[in-house]
Amino acid sequence: MAVDDDGIAGAKSSLSLVTNLTVAILVILWLIPTIGLLVSSFRDRDAISQSGWWKAPFPTQQNFAVRTEGEFMPEGDGWVLTGNLFGPEGSGSIAAFGGLRSDPTAFAPGETGELVRGRTLTVEENGDYIYFDPADEAPTRNPTVYLASSVPPDFSLDNYDTILTSAGMDVAFINTLTVTIPATIIPILIAAFAAYALAWMDFPSRGAIIALVVGLLVVPLQLALVPMLKFHNAIGIGQSFYGIWFAHTGFGLPLAIYLLRNYMVGLPRDIIESAKVDGATDFQVFTRIVLPLSFPALASFAIFQFLWTWNDLLVAKVFLPSNSESWVMTVKIADDLLGSRGGDWGILAAAAFISIAVPLLVFFTMQRYLVRGLLAGSVK
Amino acid sequence: MSPLIQGLLTILIGVGGCVGYFWASNVVLDKVVFPAKGPNIGRNINRANAVRPWLFMLPALAALGLYLVYPVFGSFWRSLFNRSGADFIGLGNYSLLMQDGEFRTALFNNFLWVLVVPALSTFLGLLVAQLTDKLRWGNIAKSLIFMPMAISFVGASLIWKFVYAVDPEIGIINAMRDAMGFAPLDPLQVGFWNNFFLMVILVWIQTGFAMVILSAALRGIPDETVEAAIIDGASPAQIFFRIKIPQIMGTIVVVWTTITILVLKVFDIVYTMTGGNFGTQILPSYMMEYMFRDDGRATAVAFVIMIIVLPVMVWNIVQARREVR
Repeated sequence: MAVDDDGIAGAKSSLSLVTNLTVAILVILWLIPTIGLLVSSFRDRDAISQSGWWKAPFPTQQNFAVRTEGEFMPEGDGWVLTGNLFGPEGSGSIAAFGGLRSDPTAFAPGETGELVRGRTLTVEENGDYIYFDPADEAPTRNPTVYLASSVPPDFSLDNYDTILTSAGMDVAFINTLTVTIPATIIPILIAAFAAYALAWMDFPSRGAIIALVVGLLVVPLQLALVPMLKFHNAIGIGQSFYGIWFAHTGFGLPLAIYLLRNYMVGLPRDIIESAKVDGATDFQVFTRIVLPLSFPALASFAIFQFLWTWNDLLVAKVFLPSNSESWVMTVKIADDLLGSRGGDWGILAAAAFISIAVPLLVFFTMQRYLVRGLLAGSVK
Repeated sequence: MSPLIQGLLTILIGVGGCVGYFWASNVVLDKVVFPAKGPNIGRNINRANAVRPWLFMLPALAALGLYLVYPVFGSFWRSLFNRSGADFIGLGNYSLLMQDGEFRTALFNNFLWVLVVPALSTFLGLLVAQLTDKLRWGNIAKSLIFMPMAISFVGASLIWKFVYAVDPEIGIINAMRDAMGFAPLDPLQVGFWNNFFLMVILVWIQTGFAMVILSAALRGIPDETVEAAIIDGASPAQIFFRIKIPQIMGTIVVVWTTITILVLKVFDIVYTMTGGNFGTQILPSYMMEYMFRDDGRATAVAFVIMIIVLPVMVWNIVQARREVR
């Protein structure tokens, strides 16, 4: 660019500082929601509800209930129980303790806490405790002691393990893949032939058909749901993978034809005409010249269609059977997991990231083609 | 048979079938129907060339006609019948809709969505496009803001449900409220404003789209116009608003309408976040309430969406016709 700073020499440094800051803030705002869920997908349910994900990299203070072990010994005018709250082999650091569930952090370590009915409890920072009960008879039940202790950050893949092995997300993943691959590949070929005809063959009403395709770009999918489901039932495929492949093919075609035609029209006329002069048929021109040259546009559309079919919820809800064997991931999350595991954020987060992982991978590796497709589709 | 194998077979049959169809139909046309030999060779070649485009387009036109053109009429026709589809009730479904308070809420909310989401996405997209243009790490920033485009609406909803969680130890919004001494609240149940909290999700997704397109448009502005403005002493703000914006106005309109159309189709966010409760219903999610239960009503809602989209469709077609000529 010839002009870097819009030419205002003195204003440049402060302006660029403001620009840097604004963009940095925007990027952070945009990332925070995703990072929050990503971090949570590696934490277990208790950790998630105990402390916010933004505290996850740091040790946290958590409350525990410990049932004391051992036997009360007679001492003085009562009974005494001693031991270590972390067990004989454990270790840790006590931040606070208490004798009641309702107030687990009543006393600081080293203090002697007064409990109900004259009982006292002393807990040292290393977990050693002395429990005194002034009762006449030896207490029959061991009391429970409450404590707050700092816990190191704990990340694990347990949520992913659970969701993939026992929650049925593996089946949903395969189903999504099954829907997506044919629904991406089949429309490309059909659209490519049509786009070639609309770009390089001369026939009456060509303009009208192009206009029709452009018009169909915006037809709401919702219109097709009821009539096409009825049609699928009538021809015997009902709610099935065949139904959703056909549906995605039909719905993807306007964009495919539009993108590919726009690209093909821009191919150099000389190449195509000289091939025709040399005696190549339209079929040969298409398969040998136009199709290979159109690779970038084909890739753009493939990415679009892939992302769209992978992420789709509406078409899958209507055209696939509603039993759990046929759920794709979006349906699985929206209709099953959110209901049955609504509070279990670790599991939900892991499920979300399993469903997001593949599109994100495609997105970051093929962003160039995606951008090119967007531009071809919208900028004139 | 596992659906995956079924899928691979379908790819083979589908792709093979397509290639086979295109190849065979061409051979039949050139060798059998209008052979390029004999006394009528000239006329035959012309005729074959007149038919060939239609052979190329036949599968696409058939699929478009079946899945997109027919449903416009099929849905309208179905919407004139009652729930079972047996009795013709004219515009009965539409008058039922008008009497339904939930439908009016959905219509009003959809109006809000159409007003807010495209405007905010386009504005933020333009802002980011302009700001990142001169940054050294601009491409990384753009890539990160563009990223939500790859995430499904369901995934995005889950991500934001987590942000909005009521528990101040889970949801970051309530954590901030907690830190400032406010009681936690559920953003999704705050009457009227909850609609805007849902819109945030779509803006979060669509800003990247607007940014990518507007960024390309900004780069396409001829340097001379900017340079001339600088020589004339224009300030950066003047350059942006008086020189750049007018030159990319066409692109802004395209981005705006594209997002508007999308807003009218997206049901996933409302469905996943609130299920249309707490006064957040919009037309697409309202339609899904009746899907499988009352096809007459469902198609009527779909047709209402179609009517709202119609002006954009006509405008698109007019533009396309002008370009092709």
